Amino acid sequence: MSETRAASAARDTSRTVAAGLLAWVWPGLGHLFLGRRGKGLVLMGSILALFGLGVAMDSRLQLHLGLEDPLALLFSFAQMGVGAPYVLARLLGYEAGLVTSPMYEYGNTFTAVGGLLNILVILDALDTARGVRGK
Amino acid sequence: MHSHLVTLLVFSALVSTVFATLLRDTTGERVRFGLLAFAAFVLSTLVIGWLTNPFPS
Repeated sequence: MSETRAASAARDTSRTVAAGLLAWVWPGLGHLFLGRRGKGLVLMGSILALFGLGVAMDSRLQLHLGLEDPLALLFSFAQMGVGAPYVLARLLGYEAGLVTSPMYEYGNTFTAVGGLLNILVILDALDTARGVRGK
Repeated sequence: MHSHLVTLLVFSALVSTVFATLLRDTTGERVRFGLLAFAAFVLSTLVIGWLTNPFPS
């Protein structure tokens, strides 16, 4: 009996971890994994649109890891919250941005907010997997 | 997309959609909350923009 309960708990933990990781790797994927198809697709579309439009508006995606500029570090973490699309955009050569572009600051805002919203989506996926949230 | 107003509208719509999807559970509640958040984003931006207009950039 207790062995069954332990196996069930381990399965639930694996499911929760998988949902969190998938939600970070690609926006909305955690919810799709949990069977929340509509919610996952809406979140995926909205966040990818925010991030994609930000990149199209010449946002900078450069990685800052030093503590000499804490705000730049936080900004990088915010953008990285979107997961694989961030890596993909950098690999495609969009990391530098275009500081002279009139849309540059808007682009930065779009990409950072996209990443921050995806952090909320990851937390929601974790709650959903744990059964804290119903729908 | 070089229009500030269109940028504001697109940003507000997308962020409101995410908030509504995460924070409400039924379709009706999500639509109502999303519209309210969208209006709050747009109106507050316009009001703050109007209030800060006299200040030099």
